[in-house]
Amino acid sequence: MIQPPHQNIDKDWFLEHHIMMHRIRAFEETAARANQDKLVLGAIHLSIGQEAIASGVCKNLMKEDFLLSTHRGHGHTLAKGADPEAMMLELLGRRGGICKGKGGSMHIADASVGMLGANGVVAANINIATGAAHAIKLKRETNISCCIFGDGAINRGPFLEGLNWSGVFNLPVLFVCENNGFASTTRTDAMTSGEGAAARARSMGITATEVDGNDIVSVDEITREYIAKIRNGNGPHLISFNTYRLHGHTASDPASYRPAAEVEAAWKEDPIERCSKLLSRLGISREILNEHRKIALAEMEGVYKTAKEAPWPNEDNAFSDVQDLGDPREGAF
Amino acid sequence: MVKMTYAEAAKLALAEEMRRDPLVWAIGEDLGRGGVFGQYLGLLDEFGPERISDAPISESAIMGASVGAAMAGTRPVVEMRFADFALCAVDELINQAAKARYMLGGQVKVPMVIREPIGMWRSSAAQHSQSLESWYTHIPGLVVAVPSTPADNRGLLKTAIRSDDPVVYLEHKNIWGYEGDVPEDETLIPFGKGRLEKEGNDITIVSWSAQMHIAANAATLLQAEGISAELIDLRTLWPWDRQMVFDSVEKTGRLLITHESVSVGGFGAEIAATVAEQLFSVLKSPITRCAAPRVPISYAPPLEDKIRVSSEQIVEAARKSITVSAGFK
Ligand SMILES: Cc1ncc(C[n+]2csc(CCOP(=O)(O)OP(=O)(O)O)c2C)c(N)n1
Ligand SMILES: [Mg+2]
Repeated sequence: MIQPPHQNIDKDWFLEHHIMMHRIRAFEETAARANQDKLVLGAIHLSIGQEAIASGVCKNLMKEDFLLSTHRGHGHTLAKGADPEAMMLELLGRRGGICKGKGGSMHIADASVGMLGANGVVAANINIATGAAHAIKLKRETNISCCIFGDGAINRGPFLEGLNWSGVFNLPVLFVCENNGFASTTRTDAMTSGEGAAARARSMGITATEVDGNDIVSVDEITREYIAKIRNGNGPHLISFNTYRLHGHTASDPASYRPAAEVEAAWKEDPIERCSKLLSRLGISREILNEHRKIALAEMEGVYKTAKEAPWPNEDNAFSDVQDLGDPREGAF
Repeated sequence: MVKMTYAEAAKLALAEEMRRDPLVWAIGEDLGRGGVFGQYLGLLDEFGPERISDAPISESAIMGASVGAAMAGTRPVVEMRFADFALCAVDELINQAAKARYMLGGQVKVPMVIREPIGMWRSSAAQHSQSLESWYTHIPGLVVAVPSTPADNRGLLKTAIRSDDPVVYLEHKNIWGYEGDVPEDETLIPFGKGRLEKEGNDITIVSWSAQMHIAANAATLLQAEGISAELIDLRTLWPWDRQMVFDSVEKTGRLLITHESVSVGGFGAEIAATVAEQLFSVLKSPITRCAAPRVPISYAPPLEDKIRVSSEQIVEAARKSITVSAGFK
C-alpha cells in the first residue's frame, strides 16, 4: 500500500476537504433520519466512513469530467458539485428533486456537473464510464471519465469487460474501487478469489495502486497524480482504496453479522477525525474544525426542512422522459 | 430508383449518416473485415478504424460502453452480430439504455442503435436463429424496428441513427441478399408508419420482417382463389401503426397476424388484443395468428421447417377465417 510523503500540505485545500466530508456525513445522517421518519422511502445506502474517497477523488476532477457511481453514491454526487437540496428533494420524492422524483437515492445524478448517475445494478457503471471515456477520445476532448464502484463489483463480468476495453482503446478513465470489506451482508474476501481489484487490473495490463482510503491526503495526492497522467493520454488506471463501511449495507441494516469490536476499531480510523487531527497539527483550532460539522448539520437540516415541506411532483411526470415516440399509456387505461 | 440488396441498403444508410454527422460511429466484433454478413464491407476504408471499430468479444461492454458513449454525446451504432448474443447484454440494454433517460428525470438521452440480426437462416439451430422482437416491445424506452425490404432498411436505419432514444434494430439474416428498389434521394422513413404492401378487401394480414415476404406470397396465392387480402408491413413495432391496421380491419372485417417468432406472448397477441378492444363490433370472424410453436429452433431442415410458418399455412388460416365468419356474427 502506498503512503505518500505528505509534504507541503496545502492547509486551505484540506480544510475544503474537511468541510466537504462533513457535508457528506451530515447529508447522510439526515437522510438516514428521514428514512426512519419514513420520508425517504425505499433503501438508502450510507457511505459513512468512506467520505475521504468521495471528497479526495472528486475534488481532483473538473466539472467537465464524467463521474459514474454506485448505489452508495450520495457522497460522490455531492462532492462532484450537486446541490444537496435538489438531492434531498429527490430522496424524499418531492417536486424539485434532481431526477424529478423518478430516480430516488439509487439513481441520483446531476448531469450539469458531469455526474451521470448512481446505479442500482452493481458493476453496470463500469462499462458506461468506459464508454463515456470512449466518447471523449472520439471527440478529441480533454476531459476524463471516472468510475467509482465497490469491492463486490469486481466479481461481475463488466469489471473484466470494461477494464479490458479501457486498455484496448487506451481510454481516459480512472477506476476507483471502494474496498470497504463488504458486499451487502457478506465479507467480500470470502467470495473473491485472488488478490482483488488491483491485481486483477494489472493482469489485464491496467496499472493499479492500492491506497489507504481513510487518509484524505493519500487519496487526494494519488488521485491527482493519476488524473494528470490520464489527462496526458496515459490510458486507464485503477486505484483501490481500503476503507470500512461503518454502517450497515442499507440505513436499516443493523449489520449484526460483524463483531462490535471490529466496528469500534474501525471508528478509530474515521477519515473525518483523521483529517481533523492532521489539520489541528497544522495549526487549525479545534473550534474551527468543530464548526465545520455544526455548519454542515445546519445546512442539511435546512435542506431536509425544505424537502419535507415541498409538494409531491406533478403527476404527469410519471409519463414524461420515457422516449420521444409512442404514447406510454397505450393499451394501459 | 436504384436496385440494391437489403444489406447494401443498410450499408448505404450508415455511410450516409456517418458522412453527415461525425458523431456517428459503429462498434462491434469483426466490423473491420466488413461484419459477419458483409453489411459493413468497405466502410473501414472510408471512415477508418476509430469509427468502424472492432470490439472484443465483450457483449456487455459493447452495449454498456455504447450507453456511456451515447450519454457522453456520440451516436453509436452497435452491432451485436446475432440477436441471440445480445442476450449477454440484457442489463446494459434493458436496465441501462432503455431507462437512463427516465430514471435521471430527462437529464440524459441515450441515442444509440442496436443492430441485432434475427431469424432462421441456414440451419443455425437454437442459439443463432431467434426472433425476439416481442421482448423488446415490452420495455418502456425502446424503439423496435423490423425492416423487410431494402428501401425500408435504408430509410429506417437512417431514422434510427437520428433518433435520440435507443432503437433496437432487427435485421433478418435470411434477406440480406434480397434485392429491391431503393429511392435515389435519401428518404427517411418515420417510425410508427406501416407500409401497405398490397391492397385488398376480404381480410387484413399484418406482418413484418422476413415473414412479410411469406405473407406476400400467401396473398398472391389467395388472390388466385379469389380472396383479396390486404397486407400491411408494420416496419416498426414500437411505435406501431395502429391507425393503418384499424383502417384496414374496418374495411375488411377480418384480421390475420403472422410472424416468425413464437406465437405465445408474441407481438401478434398485442395487435389482436388491441383490435379486439377497439374494433370488436366490425369483426366478421375471430382474429387469427400464424406464428411459431413454442419450441427452440431446430437444426435439421425438416425439423426447422416444422417451426416455420409457410405461405400455405397462412392461406389455410385465411380461408378458414373467411368461412367461419357466418357462425361468428
Ligand atoms: C447485479 C446486482 N446484483 C446484486 C445486487 C444487490 N446488491 C446491491 S449492493 C450489493 C453489494 C455491493 O457490494 P460492493 O460492490 O462492495 O459495494 P458496497 O455496497 O460495499 O458499496 C448487492 C449485492 C445489485 N444491486 N445488482
Ligand atoms: Mg463493498
